[in-house]
Amino acid sequence: MIEHLPALMVAVPLFGAFIAPLFKKHYKGVSMWAVVITGSTVILSLLLAKEVVTNGIMVYVFGADKPSIVLPSGYAVPIRIMFEVDAMGAFMAISATLMSFVGAIYSYTHVKKETGLEKYYALLMLLETGILGMVLTGDLFNLFVFLEIAGIAGSALVGFRNYRGEASEAGIKYLIVSAVASLMVLFAVAILYGQYGNLNLAYIAKNISFNMVDMIALGLLFTSFAMKCGAVPMHYWVPDAYTEVPAGINPPLLVATYASLYALFRVSFTLFANIVIDLARVGWIMSILGVLTMFIGVTMALVQKDVKRLMSYHAISQTGYMLLGVGVGLTVLHDPSKLAEFGRDAMAGGVFHIINHIIYKSLLLMTAGALFYVTGTRNLNEMGGLARKMPITTISFIVGAAAISGLPPFNGFASKLLIYETSYRLNPLLTVFAMVTSVLTLASFVKVFASAFLGPPLEKFQDKREVPTPMVIAMLILAVLCILFGLFPNIVLDKLVYPAVDALINFAQYHSWGGLA
Amino acid sequence: MSFTLTTPSGFWNPLLWLIFLVLFTIVAYLIYSRGNPSYKKESDQVKPYLSGNIEPTKEKVQVKAGDIYWGFIEALKGYYTVLQTMHTGDIRDYILWYLGVGAIITFILIGGV
Repeated sequence: MIEHLPALMVAVPLFGAFIAPLFKKHYKGVSMWAVVITGSTVILSLLLAKEVVTNGIMVYVFGADKPSIVLPSGYAVPIRIMFEVDAMGAFMAISATLMSFVGAIYSYTHVKKETGLEKYYALLMLLETGILGMVLTGDLFNLFVFLEIAGIAGSALVGFRNYRGEASEAGIKYLIVSAVASLMVLFAVAILYGQYGNLNLAYIAKNISFNMVDMIALGLLFTSFAMKCGAVPMHYWVPDAYTEVPAGINPPLLVATYASLYALFRVSFTLFANIVIDLARVGWIMSILGVLTMFIGVTMALVQKDVKRLMSYHAISQTGYMLLGVGVGLTVLHDPSKLAEFGRDAMAGGVFHIINHIIYKSLLLMTAGALFYVTGTRNLNEMGGLARKMPITTISFIVGAAAISGLPPFNGFASKLLIYETSYRLNPLLTVFAMVTSVLTLASFVKVFASAFLGPPLEKFQDKREVPTPMVIAMLILAVLCILFGLFPNIVLDKLVYPAVDALINFAQYHSWGGLA
Repeated sequence: MSFTLTTPSGFWNPLLWLIFLVLFTIVAYLIYSRGNPSYKKESDQVKPYLSGNIEPTKEKVQVKAGDIYWGFIEALKGYYTVLQTMHTGDIRDYILWYLGVGAIITFILIGGV
C-alpha cells in the first residue's frame, strides 16, 4: 500500500466528496462521514511524510504497470501524469489534512442549522483534494487542474451562505480572481509546453533556457500565485473571502491559500532554480512583497471593527513573514556561504511560519466563528464582557493571539525569531518592518480582547453560554498545538521543516528524481 | 530531547522561559494574597464611586472597539486615507492591480530594471 500513498492522498477525499451527496437530509451522517474521511487523510499524510523523510522523494506514475516506472519502454521523456512528493510536499500535505480534519470537527455543530450540508461537506472534501493535488503533483498542467478544483470548491464554500448578499458577492469575487489567476497559470504552462514539449516539472527545469519567453512565463506564474496567496497589493479578495466563509472552512481555505504559496516556492526553487544571476532578483521581489504584505495587512487590520475581517487582514499580514523568510533564502540560494550562514535558516523560519500560522490563524478564526455563533454579530462594537460566558473560547483566543503576536513560548515566536535574525543579515530594514508588524499585531489583538471579552458583562448576553462541544474540541486541539509547537520547536524543525527546506534548496535532487537522471 | 533552538546568532530555550513564567506567577500570587481581605464581591463595594450620581448602564460605559487606538489612527490619517481609498471592493480594481503588478514583475524579470 505504501507505494500507492500519493494516489490515495487524492483518491480518498475525492471518494468522500462523491459519496457525501448520498447523505442528503442526514446531517449527522454526512458530518461524521467528513470527519472519518478527513481523519483518514491525516493518517495517510503522516505515513507519506514518514516514507518521504526516511527514503527520499517518492514518485508515482498514474497508469503505469508499476507506479515507480517513470519512463515506459522506448520513451526518453516522461509522458504520464506524475506525482513527485518531496519533504516540502509532504509537509504541506500534513498541514492540509490536519486542517481539513479540524475544520470538519468544528463544522459538526457550527453549520448544523444550515441547509444543503451534503454539498457543504462534498465541497470541503473537494477543496482538500484540490490542495493535496497541488502540493503533491510533479506536473505543471496537473497543478493547474488541482488549482482550479481548489478554486471552484473554495469559492462555492465562500458563497455557501447564499442567503447573505455579502457571502454571494465574496464567492463571486473569489471565483473571478481564482479564474483569472488560473487562466494566466494555464497561459504560462502553455508557453513552457510550446517550448519544451513536456509538462513535467523536473523535465522542464532541467531543459529550461531562461530566454525572454521563459521569463515571461515566470512572471505570469509568480504574479498569479502571489495573488492567490494574498500578497499585497493583490490581496483585496482575501478579507471578503475569509470573512464570509463559514468558520469551519477557514482552516482548509487558509491551507488552500498556502498551497498557492507552495506553488510560488516550487516555481521559484524548482522550475527556475538554475537562473544563477536573476534568482537574487526574484528573491528580492519576494522579500519586498513580503514586507509590503505584512505591514499593509496589519495596519488595515488595526482599523477593522468586524472581528473576522480584522483576522482576515492578519492572515494577509502573516503571509508577508513567509514571503520574507523564503525570499531571503531565495536571494542567497546561489551563494553557498550566505546560504549556510543565514539563508537556510531564513527559509526554515518562513516554512515553519506556514504551519504555525495555519494553526493559530485557524484557531483565531474559529474563536471569531464562536463569537458569531453565540452573539449573532461580528461587530466588535456590539460585543463585550464575554470572557465569563465563554471561558474556553477566551483561553483559546488568548493562546492564538499570543501565538500570532510572536509572544514566547507560543509557536509564532520561534519562526518569527528565525525570520528576524536572518532577514537582518540581508538588510536590517526588513527586520525593522517585521518587528513593527509584530507590535501592531499584538496591539490589534489587545483591541479585540478588550472589546469582545473584557469589560462589564452586557445585559443582552446574560443568557449566553459557551459554544457546543465539537467546536470546543476543535479549538482546543489547535490551542494545544500552538503550545506544543512553541515548547518543542526543535522537533518540528528537525522532523518536518528542515527536510522541507532542504528539499527546496537541493533542487537538483528533485530534477533527477523525475526519472531523467 | 533538546529544548534549545540554535539560531544563526544565538539560541532560544522555551523551558527557561517557562521557569521564568512560573516564578513570575508565584510573585504575582504573593502580591495578590497580601490584598485587602475585607473586600466582598457580592456587596456595594464593587460599585464605582460616582459622587452620588446614578450608575449608567453597562452598555453606556463600555469602551467600544472603534474608540480604541483613536489617537493612532488620527495621527496616521493621511496614510489611512490613501490605504482605504485603495480598498474599493470593486472586482475590476482587483484585476487591474493584478495586471499592473504582473507587468512590473515581468518587466523586472526580463531585465528591464
